[in-house]
Amino acid sequence: MRTNLTTRTVIIVVTILVCIFGIIGFPKSVADLKANLTENIRLGLDLKGGSHLVMEVQVQDAVVGDARQTIERLQEQLKKQKINWASMDVSDAHVVADADNVVVTIKGIAAAQSGDFRNIISTDYATYALTTLTATDYSLKTKPTDLADMKRETVARTIDTLSNRINQLGVAESSVQQYGSSGSDFQILIQLPGVDDPARARQFIGTTAVLEITGVDKAHDQAFSSREDALAKLGGILPLNDKLLPAKPRPGQQGLEWYLVNKLPVITGKDMRNARPGQDDVRKWQTSFTLSPDGGTKFGRYTAEHVQDKLAVILDDQIVSVATINEKIEDSGRIMGLGSEEEATDLSRYLRSGSLPAGVRPLYENSVGPSLGADSIHQGIVSGIAGLVAVISVMLVYYKRSGVNAVLALVLNTVILLAAISYFHAALTLPGIAGVILTIGMAVDSNVLIFERIREELRAGKSVVAAVDAGFGKAWWTIVDTHVTTVVSCAFLFLFGEGPVRGFAVTLTIGLIANVFTAVFVSRTIFDYELSGHRRLETLSI
Amino acid sequence: MELFKNTNYDFLGKKWPFIIASLVLTVAGFTSIVAKGGLKYGIDFKEGALMQVKFAYPPPDDKIRSAMLSQVKGEVSVQDLKGGGVQNEVEIATEAKGEGEGQLAANRQDMERVLTATFGKPGSGKLDLNNASHEALENRLRDPLARAGIAMSDDQLKVLVANILSEINTKHSGLITDFNQISSVPGVNAGIMNALQQECYLSDFRILGAQMVGPKVGAQLRQKAVLATLYALAGMLAYIAFRFEWIYGLGAVIACFHDTLITIGLFSLFNREISMTVIAALLTLVGYSMNDTIVIFDRIRENLKFSHRDSLESVMNRAVNQTLSRTVMTSGLTFLTVIALFIWGGPVLSGFSFALVCGIIVGTYSSVFVASPIVLFWHNYADKPKRSGPATPASSSLRAETVRKSTTKAGK
Repeated sequence: MRTNLTTRTVIIVVTILVCIFGIIGFPKSVADLKANLTENIRLGLDLKGGSHLVMEVQVQDAVVGDARQTIERLQEQLKKQKINWASMDVSDAHVVADADNVVVTIKGIAAAQSGDFRNIISTDYATYALTTLTATDYSLKTKPTDLADMKRETVARTIDTLSNRINQLGVAESSVQQYGSSGSDFQILIQLPGVDDPARARQFIGTTAVLEITGVDKAHDQAFSSREDALAKLGGILPLNDKLLPAKPRPGQQGLEWYLVNKLPVITGKDMRNARPGQDDVRKWQTSFTLSPDGGTKFGRYTAEHVQDKLAVILDDQIVSVATINEKIEDSGRIMGLGSEEEATDLSRYLRSGSLPAGVRPLYENSVGPSLGADSIHQGIVSGIAGLVAVISVMLVYYKRSGVNAVLALVLNTVILLAAISYFHAALTLPGIAGVILTIGMAVDSNVLIFERIREELRAGKSVVAAVDAGFGKAWWTIVDTHVTTVVSCAFLFLFGEGPVRGFAVTLTIGLIANVFTAVFVSRTIFDYELSGHRRLETLSI
Repeated sequence: MELFKNTNYDFLGKKWPFIIASLVLTVAGFTSIVAKGGLKYGIDFKEGALMQVKFAYPPPDDKIRSAMLSQVKGEVSVQDLKGGGVQNEVEIATEAKGEGEGQLAANRQDMERVLTATFGKPGSGKLDLNNASHEALENRLRDPLARAGIAMSDDQLKVLVANILSEINTKHSGLITDFNQISSVPGVNAGIMNALQQECYLSDFRILGAQMVGPKVGAQLRQKAVLATLYALAGMLAYIAFRFEWIYGLGAVIACFHDTLITIGLFSLFNREISMTVIAALLTLVGYSMNDTIVIFDRIRENLKFSHRDSLESVMNRAVNQTLSRTVMTSGLTFLTVIALFIWGGPVLSGFSFALVCGIIVGTYSSVFVASPIVLFWHNYADKPKRSGPATPASSSLRAETVRKSTTKAGK
């Protein structure tokens, strides 16, 4: 507190400038100012309008799917090894909690072959734990750690897929993220600011199958340079069952390539189980994929008949890859000869993004229309200004010149708070405004505490300088106690709270820190500045 | 100007009427909660689906209700929204009575459909301009404008649609009754107006917002809000115990708890809903009440250092009197802000400001008449045995220490 006056003034001026820059930048015109302001002080969905969705990933779908695939693999393997069985079934799973109880029951393995059977399970199905039910019956269950991995992976892939889809909606600042505690809640929070048609958004998010793999027209399997070029070469008429689609440009490629592909896809996104990038024997990049049993059958039939023909991978009516069929492909295949790791990774992402690994179920939805948000802001501003005007006038009347001090500190506090929101890229929400109101209340309180203390000291007969000194000194610890207590509670609210409660805690914490600076440091400096000229000041306007 | 100068009211002597008043309020609140079968939760904490709808005229609640009941599965409630410049708005809600999220989502869609069927012109083949999204309006206008020979790029069309909808949303609260209300929008000329009237109609309602809360999230949000608040109270107790004495921490936390309970009770008495914004307000009021209590405690601690011979009660009384001016100023000013919010804040903020209006009154008196008496009662009880024999081992409490020091000094 004893730093010299000039240094303190410099600190204050620099802080003010940094804060103002944070809020409005360097505006060159009034329109600029408005644009910077709306860009820097982002409003939350409850004020701006938009949709806020919480979806639950049905992880049990993925677990059951995995179990079904395992059964198919196992049956094939048992056939090869000439081990017979009576039945193999997967238990049903309807809700998320069922994911832990998905069991494959295998019945009727001859006792003589049980050794071979156990061997196969322990070597090739390491993620499963085998339980013996009777002499001939067994059950398989995913091991807890692998099950947890599978659930996490399912949620992560769902988030990827949904992000991809929402990007296609073209919503600025949208976000898709894990919600609740990871590993036990399986929930996803989707925020779509400014979406004025939530029904469409919801439909888009919930729909699968925007991915298709379809045959390229055999008679015209070369790329066309443009739509016109294609029509010219085809004599102006598209073949009846075909459609003309553009290919996604490769990096550095000029113009689009067009292909003529079949309207009816061979398989769609819902047949796709997984895809991942990898390298072949000669270290060339490839993408390998696995299909569902149904999809595998369809794909096998098609590829057997169309060896050496071309296939196109289509995502949302855009061709992302064209490949030649080398041989019959059933449930798993590879797209080979890709240019780079990046291309392989992208392609596998496209293949995956076409299908959600598990269903999603809406748990929560909040859509605020743009007019409701506008009304809320308007009413909030009107009442906020009314309140502020009342506070300022009472402070000025009651504390006279010193009241100006308090008002300056109050304004500066608000400026710092807004600047912090801008620098942290936080959004101002309704609960956040509650935090601002409490901050302003506490800022007023800090000033009142100090002023009342100064008055008391003056009444006790101290000189003006001594009274100001004692007033700040004695109020200091009270201010520290009230502020630290509130910051402590904010820390807990932030740690254990959710969404809105967190917003409240963050704004309040920032406001309180700013308040210690403005109410104590800045206000003190202004007092000192007033007193510095005349050491033997007799009266203080307070 | 000074309101209170060297006052000397016997605040703690008058604690009983206030404590009794607090008890009465708490009991009344509890009785109301029990009698009404629990708290009335807002959509955030209750399972259900709801939408806020604005009408062009005073909403025909009965007509809405009967239309909904014939089409939507389950119960439907229609409630008028009032306060702060709000006109002709209703909240249509359906609750989840043991139904899953799927049913709720379906109910919501049904509600939308019923509204359009009853108050719109679904058969006309036109687009309802009052409930149109940007994209829908762009798609609807693109071809007719081209046919009418109004050349427009996609970007220009986007800007035009954004201007029209923003005029409706910001200037007319989302609902217009006459196409002329948008005739002054930049870019709207006779040709465009013509196309708009050809392709669109104006329904009598506008869906302002919609919420759906499934059973799972409702319970989760409720639980988390309560847990976070309890942890926050515990954290504050620990800090005050560390800075003062544990009994001061306890007194402050009980006072906060008391304020929250009474406010929640008042919500039940006045039939108001507890929503997520109300939780934010309750947190604000906890912070406010705690602040108020600490200021007084701080003064008590300071006074204890200098006045060794006075009883704790008179030390407390003096502290309350010394801080009276600041209490009145701060509470009064905060109250002003909150009252402004309550009067002009509109329905979204109404629950929030109501909680703060109650909370500030209760929170201010609880510092004097709840938190301080708790500390006083404890010390009167704990210090008693010490007076009978000076040889009693020293307690770690601040009060006991100061008392002991003063006696040794007097003996010298």
